[in-house]
Amino acid sequence: MSTSASMNAPLGDLREALSRAESRRKWRAFTLTLPLLVFLLLTLLIPIGALLMRAVENPEVAKALPTTVEALAGWDRTSQPQAAAYAALVRDLSRLPDTADAGALARRLNTEAPGARSLIMGAYKALPIEGDAESVRQQLLDKDARWAEPEFWQAIAKNGSRWTPDYLLASVDLRRDANGHVERMPEEQRAYGGILLRTFQISLIVTLLCLLLAYPLSYWLSTLSERKANVLMIVVLVPFWTSILVRVAAWIVLLQSEGLVNSALLDIGVISKPLELLFNRTGVIISMTHILLPFMILPLYSVMKSVPPTYVRAAVSLGSAPLAAFARVYIPQTLPGVGAGALLVFILSIGYYITPALLGGADDQMLSYYIARYTNVEVNWGMACALGALLLAATMLLYGVYRRLGKTDLALA
Amino acid sequence: MKKSLIALASLSVCFTLSARAEDAITVVNFGGANANAQKVAYYEPIAKEGIKVTAVEYNGEQAKVKAMVDTKNVTWDVVEVESPDVARGCDEGLFEKLDYSKIAPKADLLPSAVSECGVGVFVWSTVMAYNGDKLKTAPTSWADFFDTKKIPGKRGMRKGARYNLEFALLADGVKPADIYKVLATKEGADRAFKKLTSLKPSIQWWEAGAQAPQILVAGDVVLSTVYNGRIDAANREGRNLQIFWPGGIYDLDYWVIPKGTAKKDAVYKFLNFAMKPENQAVYAQNIAYGPTNKKALAKLDKKVLADLPTSEKNAKDALQFNTAFWADQGEALEKRFAAWATQ
Repeated sequence: MSTSASMNAPLGDLREALSRAESRRKWRAFTLTLPLLVFLLLTLLIPIGALLMRAVENPEVAKALPTTVEALAGWDRTSQPQAAAYAALVRDLSRLPDTADAGALARRLNTEAPGARSLIMGAYKALPIEGDAESVRQQLLDKDARWAEPEFWQAIAKNGSRWTPDYLLASVDLRRDANGHVERMPEEQRAYGGILLRTFQISLIVTLLCLLLAYPLSYWLSTLSERKANVLMIVVLVPFWTSILVRVAAWIVLLQSEGLVNSALLDIGVISKPLELLFNRTGVIISMTHILLPFMILPLYSVMKSVPPTYVRAAVSLGSAPLAAFARVYIPQTLPGVGAGALLVFILSIGYYITPALLGGADDQMLSYYIARYTNVEVNWGMACALGALLLAATMLLYGVYRRLGKTDLALA
Repeated sequence: MKKSLIALASLSVCFTLSARAEDAITVVNFGGANANAQKVAYYEPIAKEGIKVTAVEYNGEQAKVKAMVDTKNVTWDVVEVESPDVARGCDEGLFEKLDYSKIAPKADLLPSAVSECGVGVFVWSTVMAYNGDKLKTAPTSWADFFDTKKIPGKRGMRKGARYNLEFALLADGVKPADIYKVLATKEGADRAFKKLTSLKPSIQWWEAGAQAPQILVAGDVVLSTVYNGRIDAANREGRNLQIFWPGGIYDLDYWVIPKGTAKKDAVYKFLNFAMKPENQAVYAQNIAYGPTNKKALAKLDKKVLADLPTSEKNAKDALQFNTAFWADQGEALEKRFAAWATQ
């Protein structure tokens, strides 16, 4: 008993010392990665958090029209609101510290009810409007008869809270009706479902084409001597280092109806009139495949390089047909490269924007085109962020599916 | 004595340096042929008056102006913006209210060029154009644009709802004066989209203004909507592109001052210089966009006038772009356009 106790003591010390050393090592490793973590936090996680916040933030109405929202609390949302609501609106508007607040309010309401911009700004510019509630109501109606329409009041009543699901709902073609029930958008306003589908479709086609082109090429590269492979790799990489805009412009020159491709095909008599290769889906897919090809070649090549040729030889020597050996022995060993390359190309192409904008038609635009549009042109950042969140969610979902199917982490070998 | 002289000299150097920094302003434009004309007519000559203009190109992204004003870090002093953005930005407090006494007498300017926060720079027009070397039967109406039996071939149109809906209604027989009244109703918008649908398989969409003359020249399309100045620029390079003027939609581009610029004095000097009739005339000689100072017209010869959207003949059956309508309905109609394109 006493001996075992005395033996335990130094063992315990040792264990403690070991765990202390272990935790010191962990801390050192953590400190070394700290700059990277801080960098990721600042450049990735915080912006994504801010983006998600923006997608649900809705401060304009709550900030500018607090008493109007209160006055509309008991309203049935279908008839014309009571005079008190009109009076509250004028009171709220006249309390706004700056034109900019009225402008922000007008912009927000206009995205809900087109026309609200001129309605709100008209009332704001007509201030001061004085008198009792009934006369205020009359004055507003005289100024603009649209004040009688419940549509605009519904927009105010609906957006009284600081947070809103509306942007996110709109990004999947849903909306809340006047009473807050979720319903589908009217048919002519349903856009993003189709656009998201199109985004995935184009990305999928581009990924498959990249794989088809890159697989034999990488295989060939991996069988060459180091020196030859390096020279050819430079041929792959030079376009990779060229600006995307330059490459897109080059494709315009090549693909237009009197361009190189068409005139060559006409000259050798394959076609009798020029093919339509530009400003449609074909042009987008051709150039995106070209631009993204290196992202498929590089991981494939590096995986293939590490596959020993002896395995296929062994299979053949044991009686397998060469093609069967290739399919059953070689291809399975390159799957990590296929997975990594496909995922890389797919995720990159989901976010494509410039290429479809310049080479595609109106129905070839991908989701990021509309995100850019809402950010830059409409300056409706809530909607832009909601679409961004949709794209993020779709990408994460896809990555999850990939992990589940591949049962591996993304490995760039 | 000597010391004080040196001090005085260095002080004066400081002053001139600071004055020079004060007089260097950044003017933002849309690039292309238009930017070159502005350079020749405004940016270069005003250097002689001591104001150095740095030209920056952008693509109309108001988000950039908003970001500058919101963060109080305004590095753009004068920005060229499209008409719907003037009222919108003015309402939202992005732009300074203008003091016309420092710019030009209001009476000399076109009425539509005078706006609270923006002064009209030039008049431009979106018109129908075709390649005179390739098309045998010239179009005679907007209905021809939508009639692929009469004139077979593809049509170029700007990617988006703006202008296209107006043209669709024109082609469908709506009178120019009623276009926006019709378009404001649900039925009118339906009608415009229906008309566009009839042409959909033949439409080739362009994104940047320079693409339209390019696809006309390349023969990708037989007819295209196009900004008239781009046609002028292409013809200066020896092309034979023709414009069909009736039903063109004219509009103004405006100069605005982002709120919070530190160089207001220099900016007003620039605006004053650029709105002078003689300088506006130089601009119109370099690109076929109409001057906003009415007095500039007298300084232009017949040949230049014939290509301007503001000349009597060209403006006769033209339609003025309705800024207020598009500021209200633009976002909804553009979204509907996106949905329509998907179908």
